[in-house]
Amino acid sequence: MESRSMDAEIASRTEAIVGRLKPLEGPLLPILHDVQKEFGYVPKAALPVIANGLNLSRAEVHGVVSFYHDYREAPAGRHVIKMCRAEACQSMGGDELGERLLGLLGVDWHGTSGDGAVTIEPVYCLGLCACAPAAMVDGQVISRLDEKMVTELARAVKA
Amino acid sequence: MSVKIYIPGDSGAVALGADRLALSMQKAVRAQNLDAVIIRNGSRGLYWLEPMVEVETETGRIAYGPVRASDVDGLLAAGLLEGGDHPLLLGDPEALPFLKRQTRLTFARCGITDPLSLDDYRKHGGLAGLTNAVAMEPKAIVTQVTESGLRGRGGAGFPTGIKWNTVLEAQAPQKYIVCNADEGDSGTFADRMIMEGDPFLVIEGMIIAGIATGATKGYVYLRSEYPHAILAMNRAVVIAREAGVLGASVLGSDHAFDMEIRVGAGAYVCGEETALLESLEGRRGVVRAKPPLPAHKGFLGRPTVINNVISLASVPVIMDKGADYYRDFGMGRSRGTIPIQIAGNVKHGGLFEAAFGMTLGELIDDIGGGTATGRPVKAVQVGGPLGAYFPRELFDTPFDYEAFAGKDGLIGHAGIVVFDDSADMLKQARFAFEFCAVESCGKCTPCRIGSTRGVEVADKIRDGIETESQITLMTDLCNTMKFGSLCALGGFTPYPVMSALTHFPDDFRPTPGMKSPMPQAAE
Ligand SMILES: Cc1cc2nc3c(=O)[nH]c(=O)nc-3n(C[C@H](O)[C@H](O)[C@H](O)COP(=O)(O)O)c2cc1C
Ligand code: SF4
Ligand code: FES
Ligand code: FES
Repeated sequence: MESRSMDAEIASRTEAIVGRLKPLEGPLLPILHDVQKEFGYVPKAALPVIANGLNLSRAEVHGVVSFYHDYREAPAGRHVIKMCRAEACQSMGGDELGERLLGLLGVDWHGTSGDGAVTIEPVYCLGLCACAPAAMVDGQVISRLDEKMVTELARAVKA
Repeated sequence: MSVKIYIPGDSGAVALGADRLALSMQKAVRAQNLDAVIIRNGSRGLYWLEPMVEVETETGRIAYGPVRASDVDGLLAAGLLEGGDHPLLLGDPEALPFLKRQTRLTFARCGITDPLSLDDYRKHGGLAGLTNAVAMEPKAIVTQVTESGLRGRGGAGFPTGIKWNTVLEAQAPQKYIVCNADEGDSGTFADRMIMEGDPFLVIEGMIIAGIATGATKGYVYLRSEYPHAILAMNRAVVIAREAGVLGASVLGSDHAFDMEIRVGAGAYVCGEETALLESLEGRRGVVRAKPPLPAHKGFLGRPTVINNVISLASVPVIMDKGADYYRDFGMGRSRGTIPIQIAGNVKHGGLFEAAFGMTLGELIDDIGGGTATGRPVKAVQVGGPLGAYFPRELFDTPFDYEAFAGKDGLIGHAGIVVFDDSADMLKQARFAFEFCAVESCGKCTPCRIGSTRGVEVADKIRDGIETESQITLMTDLCNTMKFGSLCALGGFTPYPVMSALTHFPDDFRPTPGMKSPMPQAAE
């Protein structure tokens, strides 16, 4: 639960971001990106601040946050694995590797493991289709994944 | 002078260990006190050889690959800096058949230069097109682009010059150039490669578009899945601004142009131009009905050119070498060159820029070398998740917009994804529906609901329940989606589904005695 003082903290940090990016043409996505960078997700307490700053309703801001796959409404695990599920990766056995990874970590797509170690998100193409299957782990790209690499990856993020 | 060692900083090479390799090389160079510098170039696009290292010797560049960090000591001992012999030696990179058979106009510099050196860019012909353009009347630039025959490389193949002319003729105090760098199609990475490997080219193309249409502000809408490209483009914009390429006086002329990089938020539909504009303005990425066209009412309601990265990146060579030079490549109404991306289960995957007209078979069998697994090719999907699956019987189709349309397919952004004979085409059809359901903007019922229904129908077919009537239902669903959808996400999802159903009917029917066989992939 976000406590009241935490909410105030979130609000003031969000206000700084809004103040900085408001002059842009079309500032909402840049603001949401920075808010997520700041907190690791887009906290509920940030929405009224953004709405106020941009003269939008809170529902409008929420509507935007919920539309885009990138924005998280809750914190992610300590590690984030984005595994490509698109066709080129499928052609190289990506589906089976994805299932294997989920099994090893005991989560489903979009899920976070019970110990908070890792969140797994599907992604549809990383532009690494000539060296599929591909994934992004904490922002680092890896490709030509195989069973051994996936097993290692599962162990590494659990450690 | 120090010897130059090139180690790609391209994310495809990085995903295969190029950063680790560069670090090891740097350490070894220092430890052995060698007179060498490491340059992080773009990729040449031969991904089965990445990380591909090149050294500049007296007789030209010599390539090695694929190189791992653990190969560094051996390579240096073999005389890497002089192009010494080693098991990983590839020789002159441009003599490699995969590169030699290409016609690189747009990708002329990619993998050769330091992506963030404006000097290097100039030395290799960069800014020549813009230098010509600043001295021309806007109308003359538009005419030259129109006469080159360039068509949009983002998928729809609309003539670029005609789009520009509409914006040129629109009257407004502010117009915009928007570069569509959302590149969401599976099997495509040309936009990514050029943004990482030759970012000034994209900037140059956008400035020319600005001068041609009277737009002074540009935005690149770049997908968040491409952090390396985001970094490279942002850095390149700063460098270009400091050098006076961007700003109040482009190359010292009377023309002003500046630009920003904006990052997407993981929605495939935001590659659709009107959804992109909504997103850029800070709303949900819901597709707008047309008209009005973005050329009349685009970003913030003002006249806007929206072009794909490769469309814009193809303009500088047209302004440099002339419309005829570009138009003389190609076939039919598909003029110039197209950067084809060969991907998936393929032995020699990568970027292959060629004049329009090569057949699918040449590209997959000769250039691509068949599958990576060594098994027979079963199907190839051309044009991303909304593109058709082609069987071998259609491999004589030439790469040409009209020829592909004639076979119920599309070129799209020119990605080819190869599947071997372990592919289950019913599963691929199901995925097409699933993808549409995940990425639908929600505006049209056939797209939003039909796609989910499609997944259910595919599951029934898989389980052998009322096969024939379900297949009829799937066909009907496709018809409803095709004609009842506002944009190509709902409207073209029938391409992969119907092509799978038409060309691979057996995959949709139960095999006697065995329910939905899933062939085991070879070890
Ligand atoms: C669902 C959907 C996704 C699209 N994604 C892209 C994309 O990622 N990049 C792109 O350039 N065009 C994409 N397009 C095509 C654009 O709507 C538009 O035609 C293109 O940006 C125009 O530029 P061009 O004329 O230079 O091709 C997409 C279209 C649809 C319907
Ligand atoms: S077809 Fe689908 S994605 Fe396109 S506008 Fe309609 S609902 Fe949105
Ligand atoms: S399809 Fe997986 S990286 Fe492109
Ligand atoms: S994207 Fe709008 S309904 Fe899912």
